[in-house]
Amino acid sequence: MAPLVPAARRGLSFEAAWGIIFLIPYAVVFAFFVVYPIAYGAWLGSNIAGYERVFDDPIYWRTVKNTLVFLIVGVNLKMLIALALSSFFVLPHLWIRIVGVFFILPWAVPHIPSILSIRWFLNSEWGMLNNLIWETTGVFGPSWLSNPTIAFGCIIAVHVWKYLPFWTLILVAGRMAISRDLYEAATIDGASPWQRFRFVTFPQIRNLFITSTLLTTIWSLGDFNSVYLLTGGGPAERTNTLATLGIRYGFGQADLSAGVATMITGLPLLVPLVVLLIRRLNRQAQS
Amino acid sequence: MNQSIRNQLLLIPVAALVLIWTLLPLYHMLVLSLTPTDAAFAGKLWPDNPTLKNYATVLTQGDFYLKYFWQQLGNSVFAAAMTCIIVLSVASFASFAIGRLKVRYGDVVSNVALMTYLIPAAFLAIPMYQVMATYELINTIWALILSVATFTTPYAIWVLRQYGNSVPFELDEAAKVDGATPLQIYRLVYIPLIRPALLAIATFALLHAWNEYLYAFLMLSNESEMTMPVAMGLFLNNDDAPWPVLMAMGVIYSLPPATLYYAVRKYMVTGLTAGGVKS
Repeated sequence: MAPLVPAARRGLSFEAAWGIIFLIPYAVVFAFFVVYPIAYGAWLGSNIAGYERVFDDPIYWRTVKNTLVFLIVGVNLKMLIALALSSFFVLPHLWIRIVGVFFILPWAVPHIPSILSIRWFLNSEWGMLNNLIWETTGVFGPSWLSNPTIAFGCIIAVHVWKYLPFWTLILVAGRMAISRDLYEAATIDGASPWQRFRFVTFPQIRNLFITSTLLTTIWSLGDFNSVYLLTGGGPAERTNTLATLGIRYGFGQADLSAGVATMITGLPLLVPLVVLLIRRLNRQAQS
Repeated sequence: MNQSIRNQLLLIPVAALVLIWTLLPLYHMLVLSLTPTDAAFAGKLWPDNPTLKNYATVLTQGDFYLKYFWQQLGNSVFAAAMTCIIVLSVASFASFAIGRLKVRYGDVVSNVALMTYLIPAAFLAIPMYQVMATYELINTIWALILSVATFTTPYAIWVLRQYGNSVPFELDEAAKVDGATPLQIYRLVYIPLIRPALLAIATFALLHAWNEYLYAFLMLSNESEMTMPVAMGLFLNNDDAPWPVLMAMGVIYSLPPATLYYAVRKYMVTGLTAGGVKS
């Protein structure tokens, strides 16, 4: 007579079986919309000719430079201003909280209408900004979006405008969690406001600040909207970043291999950041 | 006390600068939306003859660019609702399996998922488009829904797992002793207790789907299938497009997410700080 072995003994416990059932929906999403696209992308990206076309294009090298400027200037500017403004928004006065409610608006309003509004606002011929400059000073304002250098500066400004509130809010939340006792002790020891920030506040939010900076660097690398909706990569394709140039090759010029190749050249920058960030997040989740 | 008031007075210029910087683009949107279309090029700080006509044009579909306004609004609502439902159910199931049932290799699944969340969506747009074409979903709203759900779910799993850790395991144990199946524990213990985090990710998914431009723009090209951001993007194709009308559409389009955001702001911050961005 064959012995009756309950399913549980054969490896899968009742709970484990349920666990797998609960994971099935995500596994399906993952297989169809993550694994397959990534495999397909890897296949498209294995075409050497795509890279040759990309590397032969002077626009690509300009784009690499732009992307680095965007990350270095945009991210640092945004995070440092957010850190400075968190000192303002952390204050307990009611009127500052009311200012805070308005301050969040760029984050709450979707990209497309606000960035298109800025695009019209900056138009050198009929925009409100140059009109104001003309009326108050009598000189013609700069051609904001038709000079590549100024236009790229405007892209960075739009990016900062859109994402500054979110990161300020995160830093404020982090600072709210710092114990009041630390500040009282520092004040009793005669610490100046700067010393309180330097030796109490910053050490307490240091981890949060670094995690946030990593996260926003990754997201900024993928910021398609701030570029595409403001300048469309122009004038003369000189204000692209990797994200918009890849889309331009892939869809504008129907060259899928070149498009994917462009994105893949961003991976040496992206992958270390992602690995670093996941390690940090796991460490923080455990503590 | 006097010291405090003096300090606050010193902060007023900071506040003024912050408010001008923050509000100017939105003020401009509002002003342009109130400007008659033939005065769009005047660049006035306040229009000479402010009018609500542009809003009427939008609501009555009274322009070439707005033939499908109500249909597109409906598409946006549908996409947001469906994305929200998919993300909530898939993520709550997965987070329950990983966090509560401690399924084997759960942490690996969770980390791999998180990695997909961290790949910028723009970097996957080309293969994702091709894959959606293989599934014959291009030019249907489901291409957008499934893309956004794919990118939002990993984050939702992460937030729910973090938040779920604050729910005592003794509750699961007690329910188990009473003979509850995992499905009952999920429904009667887990879901009610993680409700604040569910609200946060529901909002996150709704806003994400409502706001998504790139994927919607790539995958939806029929005007009657489009969501609102794509329809607004069409104004870029032509310099003669009536931008004051576009801005009126923009204001209408921005109101639901902004309202929703303010309504659940408290939960959003809780959810976001629980979900990784914490010290």
